[in-house]
Amino acid sequence: MLWLLLFLVTAIHAELCHPDAENAFKVRLSIRTALGDKAYVWDTDEEYLFRAMVAFSMRKVPNRETTEISHVLLCNVTQRVSFWFVVTDPSKNHTLPAAEVQSAIRMNRNRINSAFFLDDHTLEFLKIPSTLAPPPDASVPVWIIVFGVIFCIVVVAIALLVLSGIRQRRRNNKGPLGVEDAEDKCENIITIENGIPCDPLDTKGGLINDGFLTEDERLTPL
Amino acid sequence: MRLAIKRRASSGQRPGPDGERAWDMEKARPQWGNPLQFVFACISYAVGLGNVWRFPYLCQMYGGGSFLVPYVIMLIVEGMPLLYLELAVGQRMRQGSIGAWRTISPYLSGVGVASVVVSFFLSMYYNVINAWGFWYLFHSFQDPLPWSVCPLNGNRTGYDEECEKASSTQYFWYRKTLNISPSIQENGGVQWEPALCLTLAWLVVYLCILRGTESTGKMEQLANPKAWINAATQIFFSLGLGFGSLIAFASYNEPSNNCQKHAIIVSIINSSTSIFASIVTFSIYGFKATFNYENCLNKVILLLTNSFDLEDGFLTANNLEEVKDYLASTYPSKYSDVFPHIRNCSLESELNTAVQGTGLAFIVYTEAIKNMEVSQLWSVLYFFMLLMLGMGSMLGNTAAILTPLTDSKVISSYLPKEAISGLVCLINCAIGMVFTMEAGNYWFDIFNDYAATLSLLLIVLVETIAVCYVYGLKRFESDLQAMTGRSLNWYWKAMWAFVSPVLIISLFVFYLSDYILTGTLQYQAWDATQGQLVTKDYPPHALAVIGLLVASSTMCIPLVALGTFIRNRLKRGGSSPVA
Repeated sequence: MLWLLLFLVTAIHAELCHPDAENAFKVRLSIRTALGDKAYVWDTDEEYLFRAMVAFSMRKVPNRETTEISHVLLCNVTQRVSFWFVVTDPSKNHTLPAAEVQSAIRMNRNRINSAFFLDDHTLEFLKIPSTLAPPPDASVPVWIIVFGVIFCIVVVAIALLVLSGIRQRRRNNKGPLGVEDAEDKCENIITIENGIPCDPLDTKGGLINDGFLTEDERLTPL
Repeated sequence: MRLAIKRRASSGQRPGPDGERAWDMEKARPQWGNPLQFVFACISYAVGLGNVWRFPYLCQMYGGGSFLVPYVIMLIVEGMPLLYLELAVGQRMRQGSIGAWRTISPYLSGVGVASVVVSFFLSMYYNVINAWGFWYLFHSFQDPLPWSVCPLNGNRTGYDEECEKASSTQYFWYRKTLNISPSIQENGGVQWEPALCLTLAWLVVYLCILRGTESTGKMEQLANPKAWINAATQIFFSLGLGFGSLIAFASYNEPSNNCQKHAIIVSIINSSTSIFASIVTFSIYGFKATFNYENCLNKVILLLTNSFDLEDGFLTANNLEEVKDYLASTYPSKYSDVFPHIRNCSLESELNTAVQGTGLAFIVYTEAIKNMEVSQLWSVLYFFMLLMLGMGSMLGNTAAILTPLTDSKVISSYLPKEAISGLVCLINCAIGMVFTMEAGNYWFDIFNDYAATLSLLLIVLVETIAVCYVYGLKRFESDLQAMTGRSLNWYWKAMWAFVSPVLIISLFVFYLSDYILTGTLQYQAWDATQGQLVTKDYPPHALAVIGLLVASSTMCIPLVALGTFIRNRLKRGGSSPVA
């Protein structure tokens, strides 16, 4: 009798859980890739933990709070490590719909991953896409800030250069004007007397040539 | 005794209203502070992006180290003589390109005009590269680098489709930077981000040239007959001959400057930089090839492990081949299903992918950088270097445009130097906005390939013939001797008179026949659905633009000559001999 029951249970098990069964999902683990030397061996105890995690996830779904570990069936465990699993309802006659299982796993993916020290890549549920973390988005893109800084520096530098150029030109325009008035009085010929050009000596204008001594000094006063 | 000496104004520039002024209006020309500034300006102009992204590509395509043989020979036979010629002309005539050629012969001022037109085209599109450099530089201050990860798709279950098909660096370049359209006909609108960067690039150029060219010295293109032709072309464009920039720079020299020595120094430094850049580029190629090869192997291993449920970690690179054979024999049907997806990973094929141009600078290099440690630092350094190179060449280009403009008495009497520079920068920036549109990169390629190539060959050819045969080689030789105090070596004379013109003519004929024989011109367009480049034909209006580009610079020479001839004829016919 007991044998018959066992046989029946195994038969049902095989019916409900086999590769490509209805509502069945394939799971693939890459423990050695993730952990290297610290990799653990995949044995029946680990399988028990897995079934517990799936049952835990299903309990979070409304109307499925009574899911037990025994409702989760595993089959076709390979060396890879990969296997198929289904979740049955309390009567163990049929499997729960794939959509429910999928949403339950997606909600609790993080807990399941951390139970096995794995991540989304090394613990794969085929046909259950994981929600990827978006890259951290700053409120203001970083590049605009750097751009703004460099832009302001360049604009300020240009303004400074332009202003200094204008100021210099204004100074140049004013300076020669003073000299121009003085030179208007003399002709445009600069005299060089005894090798001394007169221009730098004469700032007041006129034809006074300091190269010569003044009359008063030369002649003795009468 | 009174000695009346008319003193010449050494720095008088006052155009006074009264005509009694007997001041000589010889405006003093600004000069380089010392000869080293001139050399640095020339080097920074000649050493540009072509040294980094064109020369290594040519080396790789034409046999690596053996490409150096035609390159060095062309450098000695074509590059140095022509460089010396341009510098000597500028130093002797002491004017920008238009004035210099007008002095040689009034009929030939068209050569100067053509140079300015070509420089104008070049500055229009060249600064866009600096804008891209700024874009990448600003984006280098993030962790992780934005081109190292793909963005997520709509419902966050995977990565963006275009990014998956191409790679993250290609996606960042084509989608985020350029936002490229599928073909040249679909123009799209101006993208504000590259437009901002282009504005900044032009502001930086304006800042540097604001005070005139003398400030640029303080800153700091190049067996098998194809190998020889490419070596000649590379030397030609790498040195920047024919744009008028070298004439402009040299016109600010003292007449006694030894430009022969400087010509040799500049060309040697330019070539050494090219060679150094190729060493670096080859190591980057090697790094990238190794990385991609290992990635490819890992993908194959994962595929086989998953398909056959082998033990994790069992398959390694060493036993891959044996296991493949074993699987093929044990599970033939399953293996034949998987077989099409197995890529043949080969280090040689990775090494053989040679890229040049913007593809090398912005895709290949960024891909290598993202895999390095402390990638932000390398990224910032690399794009800073690109910007330095680009800005240096850009300043030379704007000098080529500004020097003739500021030399011209008409323009410089109305506007101060700052206003002329500002106007030139503004016009170029406004036209450059075309390259920030969605189809902008295609127009950029048009300008890059056609604006300067044929026209420059023609310009330099006319320059050489003008100096040697119109002005007279003996006359030029005596001028140089009077100017610098050194006699001209026979080598330069032989090169200028015979060898270089022959070389340029043959290059010109080759390229012309190549364009004619190829038939319709084609371009590479980015296909977002496939994630790769596809070849398309240019539409008629693009072909018209290409024709216009080439014609507008080359036609300057005969048109101006014709105009001068007609004007002289009218003047001669109009003026009657005085009795």
